[in-house]
Amino acid sequence: MDSYNIMFVILAVLIVCASFATVLAKSVLRAAAYLFFALLGVAGMYFLMGYTFLGSVQVMVYCGGIVVLYVFAILLTRGAKDKLSENTKQKIFASALLSLTGLGAFVYAILKANLLHENLFRPEPLYAPSEEATISINTIGRHMLSTDVNGYLLPFEAVSVLLLACIVAALVIARKR
Amino acid sequence: MFTYTILILLLPFLSFLVLGLFGNKFSHRVAGLIGTTSLGAVFLLSCYTAYEYFFAVGRGAAGVYEALVPYNITWLPLGTLHFDMGVLLDPISVMMLIVISTVSFMVHIYSFGYMHGERGFQRYYAFLSLFTMSMLGLVVATNIFQMYLFWELVGVSSYLLIGFYYTQKAAIAASKKAFIVTRFADMFFLVGILIFGYYTGSFSFSFVNELKLAEGATAFVPVDAARAVAAGGLLLPTALTLMFIGGAGKSAMFPLHIWLPDAMEGPTPVSALIHAATMVVAGVYQVARLFPLWIAYAPQAMSIIVWVGVITAFYAAAVAMAQSDIKRVLAFSTISQIAFMMVALGVSLPGHEAVLDNHAQLGYMAGMFHLFTHAMFKACLFLGAGCIIHAVHSNEMSEMGGLRKYMPVTHWTFLFSCLAISGIPPFSGFFSKDEIITACFQYSPLVGWVMTGIAAMTAFYMFRLYYGIFWGTENKEAHAHHTPHEAPWTMTLPLIFLTLITVTCGWGVNFGSFVSASGLDYPIHLDTQIAITSTVIAIVSICLATYIYKGERQPVADKLQSAMPRLHQWAYKRFYMDEVYQFITHRIIFAHISKPIAWFDRHIIDGFFNFLAWGTHELGFQIRGFQSGAIQKYAYVFFLGVLALLLIMIL
Amino acid sequence: MIELNYILIVSAVMMFAGIFGFLTRRSTLAILLSIELMLNATDLNFAAFNRFLFPGGHVGYFFALFSIAITAAESAIAIAIMINVYRQLKDISVGKLEKMKW
Repeated sequence: MDSYNIMFVILAVLIVCASFATVLAKSVLRAAAYLFFALLGVAGMYFLMGYTFLGSVQVMVYCGGIVVLYVFAILLTRGAKDKLSENTKQKIFASALLSLTGLGAFVYAILKANLLHENLFRPEPLYAPSEEATISINTIGRHMLSTDVNGYLLPFEAVSVLLLACIVAALVIARKR
Repeated sequence: MFTYTILILLLPFLSFLVLGLFGNKFSHRVAGLIGTTSLGAVFLLSCYTAYEYFFAVGRGAAGVYEALVPYNITWLPLGTLHFDMGVLLDPISVMMLIVISTVSFMVHIYSFGYMHGERGFQRYYAFLSLFTMSMLGLVVATNIFQMYLFWELVGVSSYLLIGFYYTQKAAIAASKKAFIVTRFADMFFLVGILIFGYYTGSFSFSFVNELKLAEGATAFVPVDAARAVAAGGLLLPTALTLMFIGGAGKSAMFPLHIWLPDAMEGPTPVSALIHAATMVVAGVYQVARLFPLWIAYAPQAMSIIVWVGVITAFYAAAVAMAQSDIKRVLAFSTISQIAFMMVALGVSLPGHEAVLDNHAQLGYMAGMFHLFTHAMFKACLFLGAGCIIHAVHSNEMSEMGGLRKYMPVTHWTFLFSCLAISGIPPFSGFFSKDEIITACFQYSPLVGWVMTGIAAMTAFYMFRLYYGIFWGTENKEAHAHHTPHEAPWTMTLPLIFLTLITVTCGWGVNFGSFVSASGLDYPIHLDTQIAITSTVIAIVSICLATYIYKGERQPVADKLQSAMPRLHQWAYKRFYMDEVYQFITHRIIFAHISKPIAWFDRHIIDGFFNFLAWGTHELGFQIRGFQSGAIQKYAYVFFLGVLALLLIMIL
Repeated sequence: MIELNYILIVSAVMMFAGIFGFLTRRSTLAILLSIELMLNATDLNFAAFNRFLFPGGHVGYFFALFSIAITAAESAIAIAIMINVYRQLKDISVGKLEKMKW
């Protein structure tokens, strides 16, 4: 057990628990708080994989931005009273059945496919990545703004337009009439 | 050199666009002036073209007037076939330019007076311009396809003008009738064109023409191999006969003539322009255009033209003798005279080895000559009839009589035109009709005598009409109530002008030196025997008509009518041709073919689609409950589907 | 050793937790939180596939990155809509929004 494995176990447990807590919490505000931890866990996973930039973006955008936004929205709409127990037993049972069946099928598929032991992909266990293996911010920036085959200028611009449209739309929709 | 000829087409078209689009912005006077001015320009241009063509350019090396193509653009290329649009100048097209522009110009001037104050005056002039443009385009067509195109445009403008008084039921019915009957014939024309184009690989009028091309024009392509194939079999005769049926529809040949008498519901100047002088001779012009092909490849089939022409001429003359509506009389006389032209074209004998020969094909020249003279005096007659109708506000002969005192100009011009159509020297009709009868005698004595007889009938019914209008019993009661008056100068001027042409062009101009079958100069000489015979017969008929109809009372006419009531009734009802058509279309075609088809369409085809619509509606109604609007239900179903897919994929 | 499978299983758990939440929650905002969970699960998958199967590549990486950006846009709009709905109905339970089908 090296530190990587320990870290992974901790993060996995955090994510799983926080996810369940998010969907089971009685209060929406609490759900949002649990979601915050789940997202942090995901960010931790990114860090673990050596994707520091992605992890930072996750923390900044999700944990710092979106969750806070949700909290504001919940407080604004007084949605904190939302109760899971208002549902009928039948509905919860059916949903749980569907989710568990789906999860089972997924896990079965993952294990059966056994991606790491196929010859198609060479198995790559997780290790502390070297300086060259990590994608540096420099590389990201170059890819992001290049126009060649590996470039992402077009999606980058598209996303920027989307965000702009989104700002305008959010203002228009939510403004007082 | 002839680059300005395109203006002859463009000017009326522009005037049509201006009047059609902005007509209501102009006053009547301005609108009429626009149309008349552009037509005046076209008239001058046509005269100038004729002068240049016949005198400045003159005869080529072979002694014939060469066909010139100042404009030709390939409009639709389809492999080796191509549809061209252009301007073709040769003797007959130049002659037609003169005829059309003259009559159209006269009608434009005349309409100032006749249509004065009518509602839709601007529309009327716009349609006149459209018609003139189409007709001019028809005659200068460089190929059959362009001719067909303008042919249909002519049909449309005729439809529009017949139905000009669109508030009257009769006018609407007449315009529809004219359009449908001519369309029915045009269908044959189109089939003929397609057969012709498919097998010969060309839409040209003639394979042998070597045309002198202006700069920038593309050449005709004579296709020798295809021509040999087509000439060998029945294909070319069939194609030509089908095209002739199209021409017969437009030219109101029996039994497709039924639309022309009804077309008289339109304004009278329109009848003069379209249904006497220009459009109805389009069929004759078409046969003349294809004349080299007829002679070379289908000389036997020409007997069809002859007999259709003879029957039509006789039928129309017989009907014209009993009509009481003056415009109907003129309409039937037009049918009869056009049939004369058709006969003239048909009686041309094949020359040696398909070489065109002035003597063997005298009829070609005669037919064209008669077309020219007839256009002038018949337009004059119709315009005169317009003056009379304008004066007494009725078409019926019973309302007239004794009008010579009230309208002297109309009287004299009408008389001269009647003399011309009857074939009295020295009026133009004498010369052209005489050439036709000479050609008929060359063909066969039987046809010659029959045509002479019909010429006599022509003289008789024309003078019956003349006496009925200007002499005879005066309807004093009506005239006291509303005294007839001479028409304004805008209406009499065209009459005088056309009469002048009618009086002079027979002996003043040697038509044969302009238009003849081979293109060589042909000095017209009268066959003394035939000339004297026909003149004597015409004079006898006129005397007979004078004896019967001139007096205040007409005891002979009444006696004849009571002696043969059945015959008179039959002729008056046009030998029940319309009733025959009515019977065939309504009782046979509509009842036994159209009705079952309509039933099938309504119940089976429509029923099927109604069933589809009904089924979709019912199904939608049944399943609309699924769309509850509850997002979580949708999502549940969606996830179930995904799960099912996943299970299918992993198992 | 950490294998790809483990991370995939973790993300699968996250995903189905999200689905369960989506199906059972009454408050639309809570449903949106569940959607965030699902989206994060997919992002994690993208990154993990990239990291384990194509260590030199970066396609999955950028996919995750753009996905985050688009998610941010989506939640902004969704929240704006919900606030507007709240203004109209004083309630944001999904049951109240069934008329939105019209």
